[in-house]
Amino acid sequence: MGEHKPGFFARWFMSTNHKDIGTLYIIFSIIAGLIGGFFSMVMRAELQDPGVQFLLDEAGNPDGHMWNVFITAHGLIMVFFVVMPGLIGGFGNWFVPLMIGAPDMAFPRLNNISFWLIVPAFLLLLGSAFVDGGPGPGAGTGWTVYPPLSDLLGHSGLSVDMAIFALHLAGASSILGAANFITTIFNMRAPGMTLHKMPLFVWAMLVTAFLLVLAVPVLGGAITMLLTDRNFGTAFFNPELGGDPVLYQHLFWFFGHPEVYIMILPAFGIISHIVSVFSKKPIFGYLGMAYAMVAIGFVGFVVWAHHMYTVGLDVNTKAYFTAATLIIAVPTGIKIFSWIATMWGGSIEFKTPMLFAIGFIALFTIGGVTGVVLANAGMTVALHDTYYVVAHFHYVLSLGAVFALFAGFYYWIGKMSGRQYPEWMGVVHFWTTFIGVNLIFFPQHFLGLQGMPRRYIDYPDAFAPWNEISSYGAYLAGASTVFFCFIVIYTLLAGRRVGDNYWNAQPQSMTLEWTVSSPPPFHQFDIQPKVK
Amino acid sequence: MKHIRNFFLILTAFLITLPSAAIAGVPELWGINFQKAASPLAERIHDFHNLLLWIIIAIAVFVLLLLVWVILRYNHKANPEPKQFTHNVLLEVVWTLVPIAILIIIAVPSFRVLYYNDRTENPEMTLKIVGYQWYWGYEYPDHGNIAFDSYMVADEDIKEGQQRLLSTDTQVVLPVDTDIQLLISAGDVLHSWTIPAFGVKMDAIPGRWNEAWVRINEPGTYYGQCSELCGKDHAYMPIEIKAVPKDEFRAWAIENGASEEDFQTAALEASDEEQQTTENTKEN
Repeated sequence: MGEHKPGFFARWFMSTNHKDIGTLYIIFSIIAGLIGGFFSMVMRAELQDPGVQFLLDEAGNPDGHMWNVFITAHGLIMVFFVVMPGLIGGFGNWFVPLMIGAPDMAFPRLNNISFWLIVPAFLLLLGSAFVDGGPGPGAGTGWTVYPPLSDLLGHSGLSVDMAIFALHLAGASSILGAANFITTIFNMRAPGMTLHKMPLFVWAMLVTAFLLVLAVPVLGGAITMLLTDRNFGTAFFNPELGGDPVLYQHLFWFFGHPEVYIMILPAFGIISHIVSVFSKKPIFGYLGMAYAMVAIGFVGFVVWAHHMYTVGLDVNTKAYFTAATLIIAVPTGIKIFSWIATMWGGSIEFKTPMLFAIGFIALFTIGGVTGVVLANAGMTVALHDTYYVVAHFHYVLSLGAVFALFAGFYYWIGKMSGRQYPEWMGVVHFWTTFIGVNLIFFPQHFLGLQGMPRRYIDYPDAFAPWNEISSYGAYLAGASTVFFCFIVIYTLLAGRRVGDNYWNAQPQSMTLEWTVSSPPPFHQFDIQPKVK
Repeated sequence: MKHIRNFFLILTAFLITLPSAAIAGVPELWGINFQKAASPLAERIHDFHNLLLWIIIAIAVFVLLLLVWVILRYNHKANPEPKQFTHNVLLEVVWTLVPIAILIIIAVPSFRVLYYNDRTENPEMTLKIVGYQWYWGYEYPDHGNIAFDSYMVADEDIKEGQQRLLSTDTQVVLPVDTDIQLLISAGDVLHSWTIPAFGVKMDAIPGRWNEAWVRINEPGTYYGQCSELCGKDHAYMPIEIKAVPKDEFRAWAIENGASEEDFQTAALEASDEEQQTTENTKEN
């Protein structure tokens, strides 16, 4: 059985093997990340100095539409084509079956189509930049695609329709993948692995999959309504015909808020394993950790309108959403403290994955406390749509979810490829990234407090100094990412070969992926493992 | 790095010009906090933020210190033999209950700010604001329907004393010490009307009139910028308010088409309210 391997084309283009599909997802995520990162570099270069230097139209005037296309593409790519495919499609596919002792995912061919839907989705999104949007080529609607700007009034061209189809395909991909994860996790665990013995990463993926199944269809509905508004004369969001643009925002954020937990819960899972393995201690408060994720997932569905504090909601509604949003701090606090308690009394080794994990905890805490500030409807009036919000969500996503992507990559690359990265390179990558992203995003808190609105191509001169520092940080982080690509290539070509359990995971933090070879055989667990 | 080099120069210049500055609501070079509060709404927001800031700094520092301690004390050299505990019920109860207590401490003033800032019961005047791609339309329904549009001053037309990207061709003149109701809508796509120094931000949505309010403390010029993505010139539709003493506002309004009667009715209503308030106070 283990010897059966299809040829190159069949293996990579018709793949039904969860590890190969996971690899495809990771490659996809890295490529999309470089493209999305390129957009951020252009944006930071433009914002380095006041005035418009780079994004000019043919006549030499500032091209605000091109700017909007850039910010839209950056947001959509990073959310749908980098973080989600990386954490869920990549690490989820690779390690959920391995961790629960399953030979593969429940529906291998569904898994295949999940991946092959996201590729055309990405191509549609990239292609939309070259199609007329109305004000110019591309969709400059922001990643939230709010009508009426995204309706014919603001974008008369086909570009927005293409972007909507891109989201449809990406959404279908996510829903199918999520159904696959739920089935796999509920039905294919090794004998003895009860839900309460399941590794936390698998718990995280289970909660994430439920969030996907419940949230993404709502996005699908909202953008379909937008599509029919645009093309078939309906008026869900058109006030001239009795529709309501705010309805779209409710639908979008009913998806959008769970979406941010979809991006961060798998990260929580990865961090838990890394902290445990490198501290040589069992996870502190395992059940609390698992149910904190369930609680975060649950509460995540009833807080959506905290993204809409300035749309003119009733004051009592705002009070409710303030209270509900504040509550999320409790399970999140449990997770932070439990990670520290896991390290407490441990014997910690600071290998690259652990550096990224500790960086994650520190920076997620900063992003978390600014989230507590933003939770308050009375407060957010001053901060909504300013750079304070940009700083907040990049602290939890760019420095949270992306740190977890890197942590997971360094933690598992030996397992996935059979080759280990050079430790010093990982350390250099960590420190340059850590310093770079903090330089980018910490000053943005100040800009936001001073009132600098987000999604601006140009800003009053008083905002210049912090913007300049932010841009220098971006160049450092960008250079660090190029170095990361070099590390990946070097590791795959010339990395040191490693054994099954190369991190020397102790029994108390052992998960099943360390019991198979590195890389695992094409079909693992010929003999089904049993969990005591 | 030219900004960093000029930091002290700018700081000195800034400190010298500060007392004479009539411009109040503008961002400052190297500013790290809110613009100076110019309304009771903003004052409340700032007080609340000051409370929040201490709390979140304390939490962040606490967590970072724990991390530093763990890194120093429990690295594999300092502690070669890892302990194996997995539970501590007391600790887990504490780190669940203490955050809840902190959240309650936050929630009480939070609701107070929210409800105070929501609306004013007895506005003394109304300003209607409509966002368009890419300018703002204003109307004074209580003052003979004075109406005008307000566009950004282009970079090449900036005059001495004007702010690039902030100054407009027509300032919105408003009286100080007056409860002003703001009615905000949009004529095409979404926009958002804001003056950071006032603590006001309200989306302009086609098909709706959103309500906000403000009471300006001091005369001065205050700036804001559209805060909801509205297309290619989103960055180019600022808001400029010129707050003036009441009599100056009266003169301005009458010059622009309001009548004396507009002010008499307003004064009458205001004195009625005052009377009522006095009576209420007496009853209490």
